Amino acid sequence: MSVEATEPRDETTSTDRGTPLIEVEHLKVFFPVKQGLLIDREVARVHAVNDTTVSIPEGETLGLVGESGCGKTTMSRAIMRLIDSTDGAIRFRGEDITKAGRKAMEPVRREMQMVFQDPFASLNPRKRVTQIIGMPLRLHGVQRTEVDAKVRELLDRVGLHPEHLNRFPHEFSGGQRQRIGVARALALEPRLIVLDEPVSALDVSIQAQIINLLDDLQDDMRLTYLFVAHDLSVVRHVSDRIAVMYLGKLMEVSPAEELYTKPIHPYTSALLSAIPIPDPEENRRRERVVVSGEPPNPINPPPGCVFHPRCPRATEICREAEPPLARYPGGHLAACHHPLHVSAEEIKSATKDPTSPLSAGDDLPPASEADGAGPTA
Amino acid sequence: MSVDPASPRPAAEPLLEVRELEVSFNTEEGTVQAVDGVSFELDAGEILAVVGESGCGKSVTAMTLMGLTRYPNARFGGTAHYKGTELLGASDQQLRAVRGAEIAMIFQDPMTSLNPVQRIGKQIIEQIQEHEGIPDQQARERTIELLDLVGIPRARERVDSYPFEFSGGMRQRVMIAMALSCNPSILIADEPTTALDVTIQAQILERIRDLREQTGAAVILVTHDLGVVADIADRIVVMYAGRIVERGSLDQIYYDPQHPYTWGLLGSITRVDRPRPERLPAIAGLPPSLADRPEGCHFRPRCPHEFAECVKTPPLEARGGQANHEDRCWLSPDEKRVKREVEPGEIGLGSKEGAAA
Repeated sequence: MSVEATEPRDETTSTDRGTPLIEVEHLKVFFPVKQGLLIDREVARVHAVNDTTVSIPEGETLGLVGESGCGKTTMSRAIMRLIDSTDGAIRFRGEDITKAGRKAMEPVRREMQMVFQDPFASLNPRKRVTQIIGMPLRLHGVQRTEVDAKVRELLDRVGLHPEHLNRFPHEFSGGQRQRIGVARALALEPRLIVLDEPVSALDVSIQAQIINLLDDLQDDMRLTYLFVAHDLSVVRHVSDRIAVMYLGKLMEVSPAEELYTKPIHPYTSALLSAIPIPDPEENRRRERVVVSGEPPNPINPPPGCVFHPRCPRATEICREAEPPLARYPGGHLAACHHPLHVSAEEIKSATKDPTSPLSAGDDLPPASEADGAGPTA
Repeated sequence: MSVDPASPRPAAEPLLEVRELEVSFNTEEGTVQAVDGVSFELDAGEILAVVGESGCGKSVTAMTLMGLTRYPNARFGGTAHYKGTELLGASDQQLRAVRGAEIAMIFQDPMTSLNPVQRIGKQIIEQIQEHEGIPDQQARERTIELLDLVGIPRARERVDSYPFEFSGGMRQRVMIAMALSCNPSILIADEPTTALDVTIQAQILERIRDLREQTGAAVILVTHDLGVVADIADRIVVMYAGRIVERGSLDQIYYDPQHPYTWGLLGSITRVDRPRPERLPAIAGLPPSLADRPEGCHFRPRCPHEFAECVKTPPLEARGGQANHEDRCWLSPDEKRVKREVEPGEIGLGSKEGAAA
């Protein structure tokens, strides 16, 4: 239960850009499936997060994208230490917090906050706005007299007015409620904010307002974001890098813009082409890869590449060997035996990234896979 | 799939004709005017999209057609003719005959719209037998065929499953199978894919499109997502604060939108096929409360192009020259062409500050 598990790091260097604020190493979160009358026997395990490694440098935004059930929410909650991880390590400013106890977590909690998906369920309906936003301040020992001024300042920051102070959540629209949620998360001046689908419950015109607000706050306060979303259209605007997750594993990690112009993993490509484009003619023209089926049950993830049962490019090797995360030029990682949009040189220069799952093999794609030539199409 | 905007509309009587539909609810805060003078027609085999934000009255319009908003505090006005039946004044008995058999509905949330303690097959069989007194075995066979049609693998085994054994996408397929079970001529889909993942959404939309081809049913698609609409609709109705603010064909709405609200909706969609903008264009402010709507044009307080005329309510009429493309905005077609172009080739609303400068 000690927090000094890893080697101590120099506090001053950890705020430099490029040094990760949060690191997740080979994280596994399994949920036991229990059965039995008197004595619960563990009969199976849900592999919610299955050996993922990511890190976010201070001031950056990592977009974490995947379909429902891919483990993105579990991963973000494990990072927040809201659920315990089964294996692996979570480090905040280089300090191992994987097993840190309540006491040890207290100072860290101030620095990492969360904004939840459903603004209708994440605010206490019986509390006034001033109580909701002031609560984290009081919990962390801010003087009663200072709380009020601070709350007003926060309201202003997120674009609400002082007359909103004494209202209840039900008097606000979804977008305004999400602003309250953001103000609450900002109250303790955190360094990291985990945003779990912060706009998916909102109307399109309001989504843009909230995303612009998050963008401004990040610029002003040098915040670090982990932005969790279920589709690729929303995260693009806020992210510096995007990680695509499927069935508990990372499929692709890429600089944000490159993911849209050059998706390497067929799953990313399928996710992109499933997003309808608001232009009838381009929609008619566009060739779309509609992946069939649904994600398999994470109790029994398929062997080899977890995406192979739905993948249009899958071959024998995909069923047998789990692909490692190959590092392509520009820091673009993808775990696929049959990558798309890469040249022969890029494949040649690819190396197995140390963040690959431990169970992954060493097979990097052969040069014959260049430019998505792939197996027999 | 596309409808040529220049071609005359078929002269035959429309399948469904809604005229000046009004729905209001008396509440403690006053009268909430949810639907205010909505008129539209629906032809056989057509996909009509009703687009707007939460609280614009799109779902209330759809549910009123099915007689699902008959609360004690509700007041109705106008007419809704379906094949000689007046839906608004219909008795419960008459409505029962129409619901499910003639007009069927797919609801937004597949998690809560199925009975959790009844096998899915039973729920579909029940509906078939309610409308057509056919024997159990025959109804069951038809149910299996339907489940197969909407893309549920191993339908024969899964017909006896409970809803909780299905994923969200599969449950939505069950809803569609149920809606199709009596070969309805109109399918009302209220946000059918909003609760689903994008890959599943693409599958469901493809399924709805196929079914339209196969059965010739007309579809009313209620949604807030203009991306989905571009994929599937023939004609579009845009609603704001209870009123239709613009209607036209798919291409008219996307390539020649007349109402500033439509510009704002089109502009605020993040597009994955374009370079990312510096800032996401948003529509400032919030939609008005339906109990207290602003005088004149309801969009006025949020509109950067507001001018003196806007305090008067603009009628819904064709202003741009094409008879089947109508809108409610006082600006002249030429002004609109200039103002909606925020960037060359880009349609958007612009900001209040930008318009003043």
